[in-house]
Amino acid sequence: MTWLLAAPILIPLATSILTFATRSAPRLKRTISIAGSAALLWVAVWLVARVWTDGILATQMGGWSAPFGITLVADMLSVIMVLITAISGLAVAVYALADIDARREMLGFHALFHVLIAGVCGAFLTGDIFNLYVWFEVMLIASFGLLVLGGDRAQLDGGIKYVALNLVSTILFLGGIGLLYGLTGTLNMADLHVAVQASDQTGLLTVVAVLFLVAFGIKSAVFPLFFWLPASYHTPPVAISAIFAGLLTKVGVYALIRTFTLIFTHDIAYTHGALLVVAVLTMVTGVLGAAAQSQVRKILSFHIISQIGYMILGLALYTPLAIAGAVFYLVHHIIVKANLFLVSGVMQRLTGSFDLGRIGGLYKSRPVLGVLFLIPAFSLAGFPPLSGFWAKFLLVKASLDAEAYVVAGFALLVGLLTVFSMTKIWGEGFWKPHPDGELKVQGRLGRRETACLMLPIAALAALTLCIGFYPEPFVNAAERSAAELLNPAAYVETVLRGAR
Amino acid sequence: METVMAVLVGALVAASVYLMLRRNVVKFLFGLILMSNAANLIIFASGRLTQAEPPLVPDGLSEPAVQAANALPQALILTAIVIGFGLLAFTLVLVYRSWRVLGTVDGDAMRIAEGESPTAVPASDGKDGANA
Repeated sequence: MTWLLAAPILIPLATSILTFATRSAPRLKRTISIAGSAALLWVAVWLVARVWTDGILATQMGGWSAPFGITLVADMLSVIMVLITAISGLAVAVYALADIDARREMLGFHALFHVLIAGVCGAFLTGDIFNLYVWFEVMLIASFGLLVLGGDRAQLDGGIKYVALNLVSTILFLGGIGLLYGLTGTLNMADLHVAVQASDQTGLLTVVAVLFLVAFGIKSAVFPLFFWLPASYHTPPVAISAIFAGLLTKVGVYALIRTFTLIFTHDIAYTHGALLVVAVLTMVTGVLGAAAQSQVRKILSFHIISQIGYMILGLALYTPLAIAGAVFYLVHHIIVKANLFLVSGVMQRLTGSFDLGRIGGLYKSRPVLGVLFLIPAFSLAGFPPLSGFWAKFLLVKASLDAEAYVVAGFALLVGLLTVFSMTKIWGEGFWKPHPDGELKVQGRLGRRETACLMLPIAALAALTLCIGFYPEPFVNAAERSAAELLNPAAYVETVLRGAR
Repeated sequence: METVMAVLVGALVAASVYLMLRRNVVKFLFGLILMSNAANLIIFASGRLTQAEPPLVPDGLSEPAVQAANALPQALILTAIVIGFGLLAFTLVLVYRSWRVLGTVDGDAMRIAEGESPTAVPASDGKDGANA
């Protein structure tokens, strides 16, 4: 069982080392990259099946029993996130075959990409708060490398902002860990739950909670800490943007959900009240920021921020339905957002620009691409029966049940404004005639390239449709993880079993 | 001892905030270095400060006979220092490369990713320049 829990971390790390060792053999390293991503997906499916039947799994690294050793824990939320990471990782790895140029591949794209995946999986599976910091760093350093890989002017410019603000977040996180350790004397998250419940220093705990809130808030790009995201996400190659857009901010959201359900539940009125305000402001500013943009990837970047608001909203309401909604939203969002970035890359390859003013006429010449854009775009906006509809439905229903009518109104309004942005991309990019007359195909996509670019897009769109038409198993999984999160007794028992 | 440590951490954070509010990216980086050291000291102090109490287990016993210093924070700080050093080295190279490519270390002049045409700002304006 130990190896099954460690496998989602070890497989990408091994893939990374192998792709680096074979970086001068283009075919071999590409094969290894795809094989590694597929192996991760296989293990992730296995892990989900195990946790679904056997309940929460935990293992202690190095044989040191909890709370002293480093624990790996797989509960429903963790394995769902690992699975979705594996899915989007495989999709982007295939897309990257046609998107990343030979120079960037030679510089080590594959190696960095798989280290990033390993860091993300590690952050989802760890049961130790300091270890979470370490996985954040693994993920960060890989993302720094990917963001500036190739060293374009825009990449360096965006990279500075991304690196600077993320480092501030990291240091705040580290300081928060220090203070939390000073208060409770433990770093194991399950043990922290017990220690915080028993602690009477609620004032100090709230201060530490707010430090974590700010640190994870920068990582997950909530209002008013999101400025690094729209400054950097549109600068690297599309495959890199897509994996960032899908996964990185969501690790911040995951960390918020984990810490604010398991550890900081001593003063819900204050901490989760603050989260609620942040959530609404994030939703609104994100969507308004998107409305002002005319570059496809910048519009999509601002929409990440807006969507993060919905997930935080689910956490802030803190009811079983709301948390289930947040988890469902995470899954839906990662698939849809990564896919939209991938589509934007194909749009740019065909028309030569990301700027909506300079492109057009795509629907006439590429109707299939148009349909594949509409599926994630309408899902993002929340059209029934696509996945985004169920995600928004759960959250709006949860806020109405909690009698937060204003919040529910904002959630619906932001959905409407999302439609505005998506129709803008549709109208400008696909519907209106190309400003230079007939569409000029710039990139001349070969058959192999077309397959590499379109296959992941089609697969993710199919997944969106699948979640939309058969939401039942996904909602069940989300509800089960919400039940585990709101009642952490089983999590704590599993981790600390045999320790006392 | 805790008081001294608290004042030291406060001074470090204050200095780092001052530096990080500068537009010069190099000074921002110095601010980050100070702040990561402040965070390390927080962890150190959180483990409770003791004097001359080595965490050694005498022969024949399975745990220290008297109260011992907490060894865990040092392990944590060691990890944090290593990680922080790597990140800062990367950032320093990034800033240097940006200065070479973009011709500026002024954060406000870095507008290429914002979609504006690159402004030709001289690399050094005397006191806030790249060679600071």
